[in-house]
Amino acid sequence: MPNPSTPAQTYETNHVHTVYEEIASHFSSTRYKPWPIVQTFLQTQPQGSIGADIGCGNGKYLRDKSQVWMVGCDRSTNLAKIASKNEPHSVIVADTLALPHPNGVFDFAICIAVIHHLSTAARRVEAVKCVLDLLRRPCSSSSSSTSIFTSSATPSGPGGGGGDDEGGKALIYVWALEQKDSRRGWDEGHEQDVMVPWVLKQKKEKQEKGRRKKGGDEEVGAEETKQEGDKTFLRYYHLYRKGELESDIEQAGGVVLESGYEKDNWWAIARLR
Amino acid sequence: MKLLTLNFLTCAIKTCKTNSASFPLHPRDAELEIVEADVNLPFLKNILPRLMWDELRGICTELGLPELPATPPTPADLIQPSSSTPETTDAAPIAEADEEPSQTAKDLHRVLLETCIQEGKLVCGACEHEYAVKEGVANFLLPGHLV
Repeated sequence: MPNPSTPAQTYETNHVHTVYEEIASHFSSTRYKPWPIVQTFLQTQPQGSIGADIGCGNGKYLRDKSQVWMVGCDRSTNLAKIASKNEPHSVIVADTLALPHPNGVFDFAICIAVIHHLSTAARRVEAVKCVLDLLRRPCSSSSSSTSIFTSSATPSGPGGGGGDDEGGKALIYVWALEQKDSRRGWDEGHEQDVMVPWVLKQKKEKQEKGRRKKGGDEEVGAEETKQEGDKTFLRYYHLYRKGELESDIEQAGGVVLESGYEKDNWWAIARLR
Repeated sequence: MKLLTLNFLTCAIKTCKTNSASFPLHPRDAELEIVEADVNLPFLKNILPRLMWDELRGICTELGLPELPATPPTPADLIQPSSSTPETTDAAPIAEADEEPSQTAKDLHRVLLETCIQEGKLVCGACEHEYAVKEGVANFLLPGHLV
């Protein structure tokens, strides 16, 4: 195990990384339904685009086999192992703040439900910067190896391309503070740094089915009635207020192209300035 | 981990990224496995301009794999020339679906997408840090003092 050297790292090791490592298998069984905006973002990437999935979890966005090729990474070795079954994509174990990728080589990146696990404002901005740094630089004047996919309408591949390329784009998702209609009921004014329980069930099979029926609720399975033998883990989250994600992106040197709210989460599509 | 992945990997240590010696990472004590997959011609064509060819050639040499050609193939090199000449002239170009992969494409597919490192290490050429590969998954978590 890494030997964390700052309080924030130690905190995240205890209240995020270790938890996911332990709940990986159960967590994965509740993560199967892609969120529509993420799916649309992936499906609108030109064919053959190269992407990064930062914090890929069990790899639920690595299921699509044709359109794009992605390198996924997760901080949890157990989740990365599960995710690595999604051929033809690749999966590695890596930390968002120390990604082993050259800068500027990816056409797109997604970072879904990850950055809210970082425990200081500076680390969250740094994480956004790490994601943005992966992206192809805007415009074109430089660079030989990073050919441009300007249009999906040229199936013969890159080469023609115009000069007004915006560079790669990243889709970032974080949990929202404003979710008064969710069963957690947080809303504006509530404490933003919270601990969220995950109940690891001992008896599995029947409850598994019950959970599936509930459909799209991302956190289903986490907080049901605790029974004997169940083990509760607490995960740290920073709940984002309206506008906070956009502000983080700007501080990280990015430009917000689109942003919005979907089902208890804030999302934004950004590129490098 | 397929060899293509190495085209998109470098050292996780920030100070190494600006050092050209950190790319590519060098496989060491690698156990290779061929994991067969269907050839995806459009994908190969798309990925071609993204390949750091000389570096990939070097990796193949280090792994004792058959040598890659000195220069990267062109997209046309990846398509098997049709034996029958197209009869119609006014038709659109041959649909992609009808194209067959050439031997060059199959060879490239073999190296990049079917040849996988199952166990071993990836070593940074700049700082010599070693990243373990286990069960086909490379681990880039750094010890605390290097973060």
